Amino acid sequence: MTLIETVNVFQNYDGRDILRNISLKIGRAEVLALIGPTGSGKTTLIRILDLLEPPYSGKVFFDGVDVNNSRIQQLEARRRMSYVQQKPLVFTMSVYDNIACGLRWRHMKSTIVKLKTEEALELVGMTSYKNRNAKTLSGGETQRIAIARALVTEPEILFLDEPTANLDPISSAKVEHVIHDAIKEKKIAVVMATHDMVQGQQLATRIGVLLDGELMQVGSPSEIFSSPESKKVAEFVGIENMLPGTVIECEDNLLTIDIGGSHIQAVSNHSMGDHVYVLIRPEDITFSLSANVTSARNRLHGTITKLTAMGPLMRLEIDCGFLLLGLITRSSAADLDLEVGKDIYASFKATAIHVIKRWN
Amino acid sequence: MDQLLHGFIRALQLIVTFDPEVMEITGRTLAIALSSCIISTIICLPLGSLIHFKRFAGKRILVNVIQTFYSIPTVVVGLVVFLFFSRIGPLGVFNLMFTPTIMVIGQIILVSPIVLGLVIAALSGVDKGVFETASSLGASRFQATFQVIKEARFAIFSAVTMGFGRAISEVGLALMVGGNIRGFTRVITTAISLETAKGDIELSIALGIILIFMALLVNIVINRFQQK
Repeated sequence: MTLIETVNVFQNYDGRDILRNISLKIGRAEVLALIGPTGSGKTTLIRILDLLEPPYSGKVFFDGVDVNNSRIQQLEARRRMSYVQQKPLVFTMSVYDNIACGLRWRHMKSTIVKLKTEEALELVGMTSYKNRNAKTLSGGETQRIAIARALVTEPEILFLDEPTANLDPISSAKVEHVIHDAIKEKKIAVVMATHDMVQGQQLATRIGVLLDGELMQVGSPSEIFSSPESKKVAEFVGIENMLPGTVIECEDNLLTIDIGGSHIQAVSNHSMGDHVYVLIRPEDITFSLSANVTSARNRLHGTITKLTAMGPLMRLEIDCGFLLLGLITRSSAADLDLEVGKDIYASFKATAIHVIKRWN
Repeated sequence: MDQLLHGFIRALQLIVTFDPEVMEITGRTLAIALSSCIISTIICLPLGSLIHFKRFAGKRILVNVIQTFYSIPTVVVGLVVFLFFSRIGPLGVFNLMFTPTIMVIGQIILVSPIVLGLVIAALSGVDKGVFETASSLGASRFQATFQVIKEARFAIFSAVTMGFGRAISEVGLALMVGGNIRGFTRVITTAISLETAKGDIELSIALGIILIFMALLVNIVINRFQQK
């Protein structure tokens, strides 16, 4: 069941394209994360979905109704949605009134307003603050008020724009917790803009990658992170080994790909002679000192050119005709006695590789 | 010097003993100024909101014109009101000259540009995000507009107080259209100017002290609200 849908939406500020041809469907009780770097159009897309600004062209449907033209329909639709801005603005009123105002604007009875507001205050743990002037609160507290006032109206869909971007880790964890509970308990749809991919992965059932105003790919977190459809998406989701090659053999789905003289086997749907990128996540590569037999189909021989400590992990750069990046735990690195200049074997499964088409 | 000291002591006596004439004049002054301020606010708040929220050509010029009228001479307003309301004027049939009503009308004309201009400034000072945040929380256009006005409430209140300060302290208009009729249209400023001319310094000083006290009160109120 689609709750909100955009069809060929474009947005344009001062002749500059902000959004290009966005067609997106968001279902009831679905959690969609919009990921993309700063300036990619995430906020603009959310503002269009929340009907705060009309698109330059294209249509927005809410619950099957085209809401572009009628102000009354827009108001009715907006009253079924909520939006927590990246930097929420609170009104110069008490915390209580800040949360209650959405209910009052919907002409609810004062007894119900009181009941629901108290409930929302408790949900975000702000009951003791209810008589404080909301303007005097800290960033994390303001964010919690913004979430409380967004949830108190029991929206069918909640928009969150970088809900934790400006918060310290502790406030951020509290806010995430509140959001998580709300999603689970109230079964509302959520569209969350974030540049934090971990957050996107944790909360979302679907991820949309927005790059430079274009929705590059929409899919489940595992699809996005292991099977990006394009180079740009792969770069954005942090796949570090992106090797250009050519398909030289093709048996059913088992491909042999030539990468600068080395041959790699991968499972994918491509045909002979295709120019492709081979994507390998560094964490999917295992290392050994001898060419021992493993079940992995691919084994490359190379020399360590660089070792960098990354917390509990070590990052390896290996020259095996091309540059390959790998990750290994510190203890394994110590066991293997790794150092720059040492020869090493890198193995990875044919199924751990993702192959995308290269356009050039 | 003696005369001044004597006048000052006598004036304080008039105030602390609640002299009927002093009280009567003060009461009327307050009633007229408050009425004109309240009516002016009722007119200027919606009008100012309209000017602030609507986009139209010549908006900046209009605001400039309004600001120019902040310092319109009181006697010019008196002249205009006189021309309209004197017996031969277009509104002469209402027979309002030399009544408290005409003083209120004159003061409304005098203070409205101040209240209107400062209301527009107050609304412009509100974060643009207020309207949008209210909309996103389900407010209709009217409700969101009202929220913006609510956010500007302290600045709006000081705008009205500024208008009040102008209304109680002006003399030219009150004299021209009110006529300083004892027990009917006499207010503090007109009384001071007449009594001083007559030589009754004590009453003038007493009323002067009260007027300054009111001005002080107005300033305290404005300062308090501007700090919010």
